[in-house]
Amino acid sequence: MSGAEGQPLRLLDAEGVYRDHPDLRADFDEAQIRGLYRDMAMVRRLDTECLALARQGELAVWTPLSGQEAAQVGSARSLLPGDMAFPTYRDHGVAWCRGVPPAALLAHFRGVAHSGWDPREYRLHPYSVVVGGHALHAVGYAMGAAAQGTADAAIAYLGDGAMSQGEVNEAFVWAAARRAPVVFVCQNNQWAISEPVERQSAVPLAERARGFGFPGVRVDGNDVLACRAVVRDALARARSGHGPTLVEAVTYRMGPHTSSDDPRRYRTAEEERVWLRRDPLARLRTHLSRTDTDPEKFLASVDEDCDALARELRHACRTLPDPRPGEIWEHVYAQTHPLVAEERGWYADYLDSFEETP
Amino acid sequence: MTTTTEPSTGTTMSLSRALNTGLRAALADDPAVLVMGEDVGTLGGVFRVTDGLAAEFGSDRVMDTPLGEAGIVGTAVGMALRGLRPVCEIQFDGFVFPAFNQITTQLAHLSSRTRGAAHLPLVIRIPFGGGIGAAEHHGESPEAYFTHTPGLRVVACSTPADAHTMIRQAVACPDPVVFFEPKQLYWERGPVDTDLGSAPAMDRAVVVREGSDATLLAYGPTVRTCLDAAEADEERSLEVIDLRSLNPLDTATVAASVARTGGCVVVHEAPVFGGYGAEVAARVTEHCFDALRTPVRRVGGFCAPYPPSRLEHHYLPDLDRVLDAVDRTW
Repeated sequence: MSGAEGQPLRLLDAEGVYRDHPDLRADFDEAQIRGLYRDMAMVRRLDTECLALARQGELAVWTPLSGQEAAQVGSARSLLPGDMAFPTYRDHGVAWCRGVPPAALLAHFRGVAHSGWDPREYRLHPYSVVVGGHALHAVGYAMGAAAQGTADAAIAYLGDGAMSQGEVNEAFVWAAARRAPVVFVCQNNQWAISEPVERQSAVPLAERARGFGFPGVRVDGNDVLACRAVVRDALARARSGHGPTLVEAVTYRMGPHTSSDDPRRYRTAEEERVWLRRDPLARLRTHLSRTDTDPEKFLASVDEDCDALARELRHACRTLPDPRPGEIWEHVYAQTHPLVAEERGWYADYLDSFEETP
Repeated sequence: MTTTTEPSTGTTMSLSRALNTGLRAALADDPAVLVMGEDVGTLGGVFRVTDGLAAEFGSDRVMDTPLGEAGIVGTAVGMALRGLRPVCEIQFDGFVFPAFNQITTQLAHLSSRTRGAAHLPLVIRIPFGGGIGAAEHHGESPEAYFTHTPGLRVVACSTPADAHTMIRQAVACPDPVVFFEPKQLYWERGPVDTDLGSAPAMDRAVVVREGSDATLLAYGPTVRTCLDAAEADEERSLEVIDLRSLNPLDTATVAASVARTGGCVVVHEAPVFGGYGAEVAARVTEHCFDALRTPVRRVGGFCAPYPPSRLEHHYLPDLDRVLDAVDRTW
């Protein structure tokens, strides 16, 4: 597959017109395309609601994904049930595709748990907060899967900022040396908070893969069909023992870095307008409107589902139970630890000492 | 494939060899166990701790890795998440810091972060301490960085017998274990009992010499220093405790001794300020305040980077500095 430099691989042009590409196998039927649209619309709505919940003080912070739905949904829908995904804190679309319930997704951002789901159940690692720290975990996981003789693969999600991290570069070294069944999906959303990608890399990010000894592919990250096709093929390549691939999904973070960020301090409204015209959701909707057998009915049903999701999210957020103080110590160690037991017991007694005596 | 006879009860061997036989037993007992690190395979490790293991168990289970400590620990975390039990070697103490992020923000947190769903039965072996005339970054004692991090268990062995049993206990432990090995004692020989059933639990301190006038607390290389000091002191009866486990600390064994002797000196090679001995001193003071004749004394490295090797004998606690501190417990 070509395309580490120059124009990203694309199947849907900016006007939503489908154009065959010689390097991409795209045999998606209507049900699949509808499914991808529904996923993207749902996570866009999830994102809008959660940003609002953060603004209302119901969430401590939110990390918006708007603009990156195609890259996340297209890649995550390419995973098989046995594959393991290692996401960043912005990959709510990946969590959605892995089946994580909305309430579990909110736990981290409301501050009731560091991570709200069992990674084994959903085959989704907790969100990585220390940027890039999880890339090596994906490689090790993939090495383990291969050592056990399975065909499971791992996928590591990265941002453009993470590409500067030493650990991510070590992950590339390891994955190449061991031909680990892992795919690195870098969502190049142009901004690492306020640092533009051109201040971080002298070459297109996908091009770096060649130096490590595996293919790098640039794909239009706002084209869900291209993302789906490219990552599906990269995973198949990994599974068959041919080693890792770096997929650079060229996209844009349409919103702030987090609910606490103000992008007006570092980028122009004109730039935002340019990327708004490349909105991945609008592009697929245009395509659907032209090609679907009954687009109006389908889009209306998605709107209904989105409204229901929004209601569910608001309810789930406000009814998430606060954790008990004892949970601080609950899983620090798997095996009994005397200091943990001592502190936990002392603090419980301390809290009890405030109870009013009648 | 080489065939090695398992040592029988009471076999005498070096500390390095005792670790080797312990790792061999762990690899043989559980197919999920693997050993990984720089030069651990073909070469057998720079201290020969993994000598012969790659030939016996294959290069997939005794894995020579690329040269990157974050990569060693980070990929080991991923393997543990997949159900394996990696034993990582960090070649020298001073080389652990590229892996610091992986150990402290990832490995140590993952059980809590996943509310117990993820188990990280990982061992990180680190040869530590000075006294071997080595180059810069080859004589350090970084244990306090790790004892300060909840989620890690931190142990140090000081004898061949403990080296053998503790490495096997560490591999069997469901929690991450940072396992310190005293470089200057690698070639010390001693009896090794391969029967784990008779060994003390990994988190227990052991009284290695009984005494009545003061308690010397040590771990790793300073255990021998303290035993030498106790032997040399003809006037006073000094008790020596090998702490063995730094996190958790076996406070009960320590407190019982100090309550009886009334004096306490804690000895390590790491700098005294903010060092592990500060925590021990605070705990001993809390538990034994009424029994103590004087404040707990600390003997250790100075507030300076580990010196060039021709100066290390000034920096390292020795018999005389330990006895000087004992003097100050009256």
